[in-house]
Amino acid sequence: MHIIENGNVAAALGVKLCHANVIAAYPITPQTPLTEKLSEYVEAGEMKAEYIPVESEHSALAVCIAASSAGARSFTATSANGLLYMHEQVQWAAGARLPLVMCVVNRAVGAPWNVWNDQQDSISQRDTGWIQMYCSDHQQIIDSVIKAYWLAEKVSIPIMVCYDGYILSHTYMPFDVPDQEKVDKFLPPFRPDYALSPETPANLNTVTLPDVRIDVKGELAHGYMEIRYLLHEEMRTSLAVAAEGEKRFADIFGRGGDPYLEPYLCDDAQYVAVGLGSITYQLRVAVDTLRKEGIKVGVMGVRFYRPFPDEAIASALKGKKGVIVYEKALSYGYEGALASDLKSALYEYLAGTGKLPVVQNFVAGIGGRDIKTDDLIQTLRAATKGRVSIQPVWIGLKL
Amino acid sequence: MQAKTTILSLPTEEFVHPGTRACTGCGLAIAYRVGLKALGKDTILVVPPSCLTVLQGLFPIASTKLPCLNVTFASTAAAASGILATLKVQGKDNIQVAAWAGDGGTSDIGLQALSGAAERGENFIYFCYDNEGYMNTGVQRSGTTPIGAVTANTPFKGKLQQKKDVPAIMAAHNLSYVAACSAAYPLDLFDKIKKCMDMPGTKYFHIHIPCPPGWGYDARYGIKVGRLAVETGYYDLYEIVNGEFKLTAASEKLVEKRKLVPVREYFRSQSRFKILTDEQIAAIQSQIDSKWAKYYKKDE
Amino acid sequence: MGTRNYRRKTSHSEHGPGDGGRTGSWRVERPVLNKSLCIPCKRNTEACFICWLFCPDVVISRTIPPEIDLEYCKGCGICAEECPTKAITMVDEAKFSEDDKDKE
Repeated sequence: MHIIENGNVAAALGVKLCHANVIAAYPITPQTPLTEKLSEYVEAGEMKAEYIPVESEHSALAVCIAASSAGARSFTATSANGLLYMHEQVQWAAGARLPLVMCVVNRAVGAPWNVWNDQQDSISQRDTGWIQMYCSDHQQIIDSVIKAYWLAEKVSIPIMVCYDGYILSHTYMPFDVPDQEKVDKFLPPFRPDYALSPETPANLNTVTLPDVRIDVKGELAHGYMEIRYLLHEEMRTSLAVAAEGEKRFADIFGRGGDPYLEPYLCDDAQYVAVGLGSITYQLRVAVDTLRKEGIKVGVMGVRFYRPFPDEAIASALKGKKGVIVYEKALSYGYEGALASDLKSALYEYLAGTGKLPVVQNFVAGIGGRDIKTDDLIQTLRAATKGRVSIQPVWIGLKL
Repeated sequence: MQAKTTILSLPTEEFVHPGTRACTGCGLAIAYRVGLKALGKDTILVVPPSCLTVLQGLFPIASTKLPCLNVTFASTAAAASGILATLKVQGKDNIQVAAWAGDGGTSDIGLQALSGAAERGENFIYFCYDNEGYMNTGVQRSGTTPIGAVTANTPFKGKLQQKKDVPAIMAAHNLSYVAACSAAYPLDLFDKIKKCMDMPGTKYFHIHIPCPPGWGYDARYGIKVGRLAVETGYYDLYEIVNGEFKLTAASEKLVEKRKLVPVREYFRSQSRFKILTDEQIAAIQSQIDSKWAKYYKKDE
Repeated sequence: MGTRNYRRKTSHSEHGPGDGGRTGSWRVERPVLNKSLCIPCKRNTEACFICWLFCPDVVISRTIPPEIDLEYCKGCGICAEECPTKAITMVDEAKFSEDDKDKE
């Protein structure tokens, strides 16, 4: 069923279709319409879920962690400082191997206060062991929520579905709302390996020693390092599982394709712009303009940021003359996080092969600074003429 | 009205194994053991970092026979809410949730989540076991450390501030049940748990826990020290049922007896109070006397 | 032989005794019961059991006579202190030879 709605509603519809049954909600701009919509569904009886209006974001994720540990399919959403406040819990959920799905409506972090869009919030969480998916439009938002529950429950790793605040959360676009039966076909009910119960008592996530130790059955149990390694290992194998999920999704819903990357005019491109989220669609306009000038340029959206699809990215960019990474976040004191990760992947696979592209990093839209398509065109054109600088260049700075 | 439980009528089933890492003579171990007897088998526990984390065991061995979720320090009551929500959607109305947190995890870092859960009317029992300091990390002061107590980070002057009255804070949430108990009076604790289990919303228990290394006494005197706290009128056993305050057990008897042991005896029993001056002790005695004068008056 | 095939991926503990090892080794004194002073022993009926109630470590059995599990008894002395007839006394652990280290 095709409707025209905003990105937050797209996310809420995805959560409803997935029959999430414990929802924790704490308000923060620009996520609030999402959790408000969920409260409407719950109060109207359209969702059979417990809706818990918690007193903080830290508690929101605590509710989800506990609910999931007891066998519920839980959901929460947040932005910016809310995500930062729950950081301890973000780390916890990953180590506890819980299949949580959380929407992060990307917003700039304080200090100083800023409610507008950039991606510093979710990017700052990249090392936590959560899978991160970035959406470029509303169809991707609703589809990603559904895919995320499937993937999370398959690999027991929590997933952040990220989309740009205001630019996607509050704008209206047409998109297809999948049929409930199809979603039910794609996503079976949650069957955890273990759920807290008096019949099968266990003590979860207590202090775990540096070394291995014999358990009550006389078997050698992991130390902390093994448990953490298994999280990393399964994150890496989840790349393949995500591809399997993408195929299943395409078979049932008739759309989808590449699980990791969203390329546009990249096949014969000599220069490829790369980004996360809605900026990649804005870059398509710049690409179209430069193509008319005869510059062979394309743009590639990265759908999965963690686990990083290093092999796929290196393969897609092999032999290109230049890669121009546009980011709405950075690792302060160095450069854009995506640029670093991408350079690392290119180096690993292509160093010494003669096919290693030059990488240029642009930082844009920090704190919601308007990204002018004209600026994208100019910077992209300049980058195709040669490396602009080793350091990232901030677009639209008015110093 | 239910009859008072005696030692002989106390359920014999044990929910804790021996050989835990709790300190020799740990007061929490006594309260926890009896508390679990009251809660029974159909309980899911929530525990933040605290002495209980260690007592419950390190992976992969658990000393408690009940299911338990370890959670981050500030989130105990929120986690309890999450489990409750799941039990509700699963239709499992015979399983209860009980949170056991220390005084640091309750009165300091955990107070926000606890207040939120209480305000939402979350249907679980929250136990604050109060050994009056962050004992698990080496005896640092907490919100409920009493005035004058020497701790690892109030080493020479003792704590300068009053003990935070957490039961009063929780009572202000209009809870159906708030109780003040002590590990030295385990049967009183048992009966109070049994009494409130079916009451609606959040039930709050504050349990006074003597701690040998933290308080500075020979482990064998743990129960005596706990009793002295009550017999001096310094720490009271009571319950607040739908807003109505009532002293219980030994504290209730003290109203009839009209005779309190001088609080000096309590302070003398533990080395943590060694820096209290005579003036300070007199001031505290005076506070206790005023408090009890009001109790006596109410009784008349 | 590592833990690759261990049945859990997370910190998931099942219950059993002795997480702290043989905590009986912590003792400097051990409780010794004089049955002739012990109330349930004398009356040969269920009575008292204050030692059972107050033991922090669940090592005293609610039996006639109460028995103390010396594998895990930490020697806190609460049982001796609380016994109304002083039937339990705390005796220096060193007084027990290597042979009867774990016997009464």
